[in-house]
Amino acid sequence: MIIPLLILLPFAASLFVPSLYTYVHSRKIGWAVLPVPLVLFIILCLQIPNVAAGETGYHTIRWLTSAGIHFTTHLDGLSMIFGLLITGMGTLVVIYSTYYLSEREALGRFYMYLLLFMGSMLGVVFSDNILVLYVFWELTSVSSFLLIAFWHQRRRSREGAQKAMLITVTGGIGMLVGFLMLHSMTGTYSIHEMIGMAGDLPSHDLFIPSMLLVLLGAFTKSAQFPFHIWLPDAMEAPTPVSAYLHSATMVKAGIYVVARFIPLFGGSELWFYLVTFTGLLTLLWGSFNAVRQYDLKALLAYSTVSQLGLIMSLLGMGSAVMLDLPGADLSLFAAAAFAGLFHLINHSTFKGALFMIIGIVDHELGTRDIRRLGGLAVFMPVTFTIALAGSFSMAGLPPFNGFLSKEMFLEASLAVQQLSLPGIHVWVPVVAWLASVLTFVYCLIIVFQTFFGRQQQSPAWVDRGAHDPQPGMLAAPGILGLLILGLFFIPNILGKWILRPAMDAIYPAYSGIPELVPHIRAWHGFSPVLWMTLGIITAGVFLYVFLRKWRVLYTVPPFSWKIDNMYSLLLVQLESHSHHLTKRYMTGHLHRYFLYIFSFFIGMMLVALAFIWRQAFDLSNDSLVNVNEYLLTAVMMAAAISILFVRSRLIAILLNGVLGFTVAFLFVVLSAPDLALTQIVVETVTTVLFLLTFRFMPDWTKERTSRKVKAGNAVIAVMTGLIVIVTALAVQGNRLAAPISKFFEDTEEMRGGGNIVNAILGDFRAFDTMLEIVVLFIGGLGVYVLIKLKSRKGDGPHED
Amino acid sequence: MKINDVILRTVTKIIVFIILTFGVELFISGHHDPGGGFSGGLVLASALLLLYMTYDIETVHQGIPFDFKKIAGLGVFLAVAGSAVSMLFGNSFLTQGKGEVLLPIFGATEISMVLLFEAGVALTVVGVVVTVLLTISEDVK
Repeated sequence: MIIPLLILLPFAASLFVPSLYTYVHSRKIGWAVLPVPLVLFIILCLQIPNVAAGETGYHTIRWLTSAGIHFTTHLDGLSMIFGLLITGMGTLVVIYSTYYLSEREALGRFYMYLLLFMGSMLGVVFSDNILVLYVFWELTSVSSFLLIAFWHQRRRSREGAQKAMLITVTGGIGMLVGFLMLHSMTGTYSIHEMIGMAGDLPSHDLFIPSMLLVLLGAFTKSAQFPFHIWLPDAMEAPTPVSAYLHSATMVKAGIYVVARFIPLFGGSELWFYLVTFTGLLTLLWGSFNAVRQYDLKALLAYSTVSQLGLIMSLLGMGSAVMLDLPGADLSLFAAAAFAGLFHLINHSTFKGALFMIIGIVDHELGTRDIRRLGGLAVFMPVTFTIALAGSFSMAGLPPFNGFLSKEMFLEASLAVQQLSLPGIHVWVPVVAWLASVLTFVYCLIIVFQTFFGRQQQSPAWVDRGAHDPQPGMLAAPGILGLLILGLFFIPNILGKWILRPAMDAIYPAYSGIPELVPHIRAWHGFSPVLWMTLGIITAGVFLYVFLRKWRVLYTVPPFSWKIDNMYSLLLVQLESHSHHLTKRYMTGHLHRYFLYIFSFFIGMMLVALAFIWRQAFDLSNDSLVNVNEYLLTAVMMAAAISILFVRSRLIAILLNGVLGFTVAFLFVVLSAPDLALTQIVVETVTTVLFLLTFRFMPDWTKERTSRKVKAGNAVIAVMTGLIVIVTALAVQGNRLAAPISKFFEDTEEMRGGGNIVNAILGDFRAFDTMLEIVVLFIGGLGVYVLIKLKSRKGDGPHED
Repeated sequence: MKINDVILRTVTKIIVFIILTFGVELFISGHHDPGGGFSGGLVLASALLLLYMTYDIETVHQGIPFDFKKIAGLGVFLAVAGSAVSMLFGNSFLTQGKGEVLLPIFGATEISMVLLFEAGVALTVVGVVVTVLLTISEDVK
């Protein structure tokens, strides 16, 4: 029961944040929000022993029973890791942003979005029902959009937000289709039930398409090549957001989905190839591009892309366990997946710390451009120390946690060669090594070009006396720095309590086997991996020293190509074309619109009737028409036709009223008092509305239309009327399904409501009614907004 | 031009209460007889409409100081949240329970969760109709 509450708590809290202004000073809003992630983190920590003991907590809140969609949550090792990351990093980010953001910012909005995001993210990792997972998945996209565009007055923020949204949501919709395919294969929406049926899936026709679509969603979210282009632009968000969403949590949702679906898809070779190679490509491309950046935040963005590729490729290599190849050593590949999960945690610690440090530099000095930075180590010793730990951990140097997972990565890349699969050769470790060298280079850039060297062109901060920020701002990165160091010395505690249950979740078929969880060692002998690491350091230092010489490479195609350009081209083209197309038919003439609508209607119905025509019109079942009905129809016809010929608007309105009230009488005669009642009231209100606005309407001048147009109008009007009549007659004779009226006969017993109309509205089809009033509400607001905005526009220049 | 509307005003004062009572009656009787949230709400709205037409907006607003946009919102919230309540008791979304309560004057009275749902519908209808009316009439001024 605790997990659903965990998910709902941030959502509930986010509702109250905007009203906090009334009670606390805006500077303190951060402190008021802090308990939410902290409490969630503590609750999750308390669950660790249970999860480590192999308990998997399921909890279901029944929702749409008939569709099999329930709010089902699960807590296993895998979701535990992510849950801890989300809440733990969330706590640190809230502390950090309390100091980082000025009190003049819209802090209430900021923390509301942040909590919204936290809840959605927890929803993603704890949902067992794939449709619910999808909803939360898209909610993370939406809240990320809001956070990236937090400084919405900046054009680049808005564009970055739009780009992230377009790419991740497109992928998400693809994933939804993949999920629906999975449902049609297995007949369930529950992930653990699907995993139970995993054995029968690969033979299914939809297996490959659904796998591709789920991967599309995961790759777009986790910024894998070529979808990585949104991540650097997302850096327009405030730095705490970058540290939280775009390095530690949201971008890892794709990793989560891949890890979660390994038991389902891992047995397929295509899965192995796609995940591993996309990961490796992203790793290489990201690290290569990071080196060319001058903006520290952009550099970190590309390095995040690259590191996400690394984790992804490790998960891909790890899925080789499921391939069931003869002679392959299970423990080698299990170690790859283990390294992936380990690096997942490590990456969050060091990248989170680095982002916060960059934020501090930006905050204190007002620039993130490395060409204008240098020699900060003297002024900001504490900041420098944390930056050093973070960068060297990312570079894979001891004694930092990144070293351990980097070594395991290199080991896995060597192990993959042993697979007797086509296309896997010595180039896998070569790519891994090359990317690691580039990673090493950009880590050196962060440390040396920011904190050492001489200050160029005597910047202003030297005079102002740049210094370490206040201790509170250093608290969050400091804690992460300690983790970076601590995890190096005690990695196996993490392995035992957190990573082992996650491995059991990834490989349910092998759960409990000791080889699944390797012992992490800092010193592993003079193995090939150690020589590779030494080679990385040598080559990295060499490349860094001669950086100026070979940076020219970036101006030469194909290295100068940007996928961004393709995206912008596509977007611009799409926009201008649809603009032209829309301009063609949205002319602003009501007459035209009715023409389209009715022509379309006539066309559709003619086609439909052409098919039905062969079946006889069966009029024998029709009830008799009595005198009253004839009379009322005659009145209606008279009123309708006379509207065409009256010369005064007032009479036209009244005649329209006559029409409406006669319909109400017809309902009475046909014994439908509910309809009649509603019709009468609606008619009254609309007639009054007409009369209210009547006084203010311009004079009614008859339009002078040509005979041709008039004839056209007449044809369309008559055709529409005729088709409605024919359709109504045809419907009686062509029943496709049994009439449902029998079902309603015992309404009284079933629902206890004597009024069948209301029993339908309130009980049988209550969902319709509920959504209808929502639509009504939106419509009402629409009228309000349209009119209010219009009148404001007249007053002065309207803000664009 | 000052319109002489003494008759209208006098009649309205009385008739509005009749209409309001009728609206509530329609709303409550909807479970077994013609009526219900939608038509009840419309009748209530038409009573307000009559008031607004007879007196001006400011005068009515002094007597009924509600923001009708909020009333519409409240209605939607009531319908949606009320439907979700049953989920807390392990039933599906939109399951409507009912039971009998012993009231002092009316005796054993049937109370149904549908009433809450219908009340949401009614409030939304009243809110939206009045909002639309007020915005349109404010605009033409």
